[in-house]
Amino acid sequence: MKNIILIFIISLFNFKISYALIEVDITRGNLDPLPIAVSPLHVDIKSEQIKDLKVKKLGDEISRIIERNFRSTGLFNPLKKEAFVQKPDIAHLKPRFEDWRLIKAQALVTGKLFVSNGKLKVEFRLWDLTASKEMTALAFTTTPKNWRRVAHIISDKIYERLTGEAGYFDTRIIYVAETGPKNLRVKRLAIMDQDGANTKYLTLGNELVLTPRFNPTNQLVTYLSYFRNLPRVYLLDIETGMQEVVGNFPGMTFAPRFSPDGKKIIMSFAKDGNSDIFTMDLETRVVERITEHSSIDTSPSFSPDGKYICFNSDRSGLQQIYVMKSDGTGVKRITFGSGIYGTPVWSPRGDLIAFTKVRKGRFYIGVMRPDGTGERLLTENFYQEAPSWSPNGRVLVFYRETKSGPKGEGFSAKLWSIDITGYNERKMGTETDASDPSWSSLLSK
Amino acid sequence: MLTVLTLPFMSRSPIDLPPIVSVELIQISDKTNIPFAPKARKIIEEVKKEEKRVVSEQAPPSAKAKEKPDRIPMPEDMKEEKKLVKKKQNPEEIKETIRQSSEFEKKEIIDTNEIAALIDKAKEEQAVKEKNSKKLTQSSVKNTFATGLTLSEEDALRAQIFGCWSVPLGLPFDENLLVRIKLELKKDGTIMKSEILDHERMNRPGQKFYKILAESALRAVRLCQPLKVPPTGYEKWKNIQLNFDPTEMLKG
Repeated sequence: MKNIILIFIISLFNFKISYALIEVDITRGNLDPLPIAVSPLHVDIKSEQIKDLKVKKLGDEISRIIERNFRSTGLFNPLKKEAFVQKPDIAHLKPRFEDWRLIKAQALVTGKLFVSNGKLKVEFRLWDLTASKEMTALAFTTTPKNWRRVAHIISDKIYERLTGEAGYFDTRIIYVAETGPKNLRVKRLAIMDQDGANTKYLTLGNELVLTPRFNPTNQLVTYLSYFRNLPRVYLLDIETGMQEVVGNFPGMTFAPRFSPDGKKIIMSFAKDGNSDIFTMDLETRVVERITEHSSIDTSPSFSPDGKYICFNSDRSGLQQIYVMKSDGTGVKRITFGSGIYGTPVWSPRGDLIAFTKVRKGRFYIGVMRPDGTGERLLTENFYQEAPSWSPNGRVLVFYRETKSGPKGEGFSAKLWSIDITGYNERKMGTETDASDPSWSSLLSK
Repeated sequence: MLTVLTLPFMSRSPIDLPPIVSVELIQISDKTNIPFAPKARKIIEEVKKEEKRVVSEQAPPSAKAKEKPDRIPMPEDMKEEKKLVKKKQNPEEIKETIRQSSEFEKKEIIDTNEIAALIDKAKEEQAVKEKNSKKLTQSSVKNTFATGLTLSEEDALRAQIFGCWSVPLGLPFDENLLVRIKLELKKDGTIMKSEILDHERMNRPGQKFYKILAESALRAVRLCQPLKVPPTGYEKWKNIQLNFDPTEMLKG
């Protein structure tokens, strides 16, 4: 019995209390820009020289473009290179994580490039500095002249790896470049990379051009141009420069836009003061009527699944936004707020419709859900319109007119971008005045 | 300690006691407001189940925070509760004099019949609730029983991690975004071991976002270390689970 008591007493001392697992809920985080270090890419010393290209400086240039792309998103904070603690070639092999953490970086981009046999080979690695491990690594081979695109593709890959959504850096924006005084405005079709580089003018400016729109699946563009004072819808292949008239329609055609599969154009025809929405199959050239109403129906835009169309109409008196099935049935008004609504554009993600709203003489760019709820006005100004979505549905580009002179004389039109959160409004760099932008899909998919 | 108290030879009268009915635990609910009752109820159920480990259940953390913080039973409180339980199994049979013997009861008990009724009601509600809440993951009793963190300690830890967590923006709103990370901590709050509990989901098709979310949560924890943990009670918070869920934040 004594033994039992003894064993019991011993067991008492060895008794270990087991506690329930503590759980803590973390339901909030921060949206501060992520500190990221973009190390210059190491240039292999055996690299060939290429005419008109400073190969030795390519590593610096590529990292600078990546940095600029990241900064423009508002989601990343590229750190100053002066603080970097390792040489590019060594960092690319194996970063000293603790040293990079010292400068408060959470992610690190390293890379190297090599030019041989007239080809540019670039590889990069993205490092998670807190976990001390590599997150992604890729290599590309291309012609050296494509080095800017390489920088954009790397930016896209990193953006996707860190945010979970596709990037939008390897893209272009087509717009109407405007020069000259307001009453003698010359309007040309222009295209540039999304960061403002590589601007090219696609038309001479003899005819007025309006509403260029990218095909979401390739590099075709549809736009409107006046020929003998009649607006016509054109198709332009950016790659080949080939151009064609989509068709000769009775009356005037407006607001052309591609369907999500790129096989149709949806637009409005105006005749005798009435305007309705039609689609045209680009292969068969068969035209199909979608709306038939005595009011003005215009600015149609497909949902990304192709099942619905949003458009604006004044059928209720004031111009409002409506949604219908793609065959024209089930028309439903979605805007009921004060003011008038126009230029609806369905997000490529399908979750939002962007629009321009005019109220009490002020212009707003906003977004709402496809059922009309959750209206959010992102930006307000004297005059601004024509929002167009980045291919990932996160950023809108639009144009804004402002008074250019100090006394309010003259005016200037520029492209601006804004995040769907309403933050990070930025003016885009264009060589001339610009209007009517349209964002392309990713060039490399 | 619990084991000691319930061992038969430790009691002088080895009466065949029915399973422990913690009258006093109901009093806690009575004292701290009715919304606290489910916690007590759960405890009763748990004690009945041979004191198995506390089952996790979801509860909004804010609601917890608004409860009286001074009512979180510390280990000492728990001891006291157990003793009382042994003395009084059935409140209806307790004589007035016995009840008066407890300082705790003097202050708190108004009508034992009412409390008994509460217990019955609580049991009924619990049965219904258990059916509906099997999928819930977070402990509603975590601050009342065997927990090593007070509310203020928990809030400090939470606030620290809020600051370290950069939430990825490309997350779908309509998916389950809960990432559970289990940590084993050193005494200074640095991380000895970390584990994503649903890690197999990271490689599932269509769940790419989950990997990015889980990585961001893990990054936050590592970035925050050493975590703000209490200076004492290491054994209690040595293992801790963090439930990251940005759904509310993303919906705005």
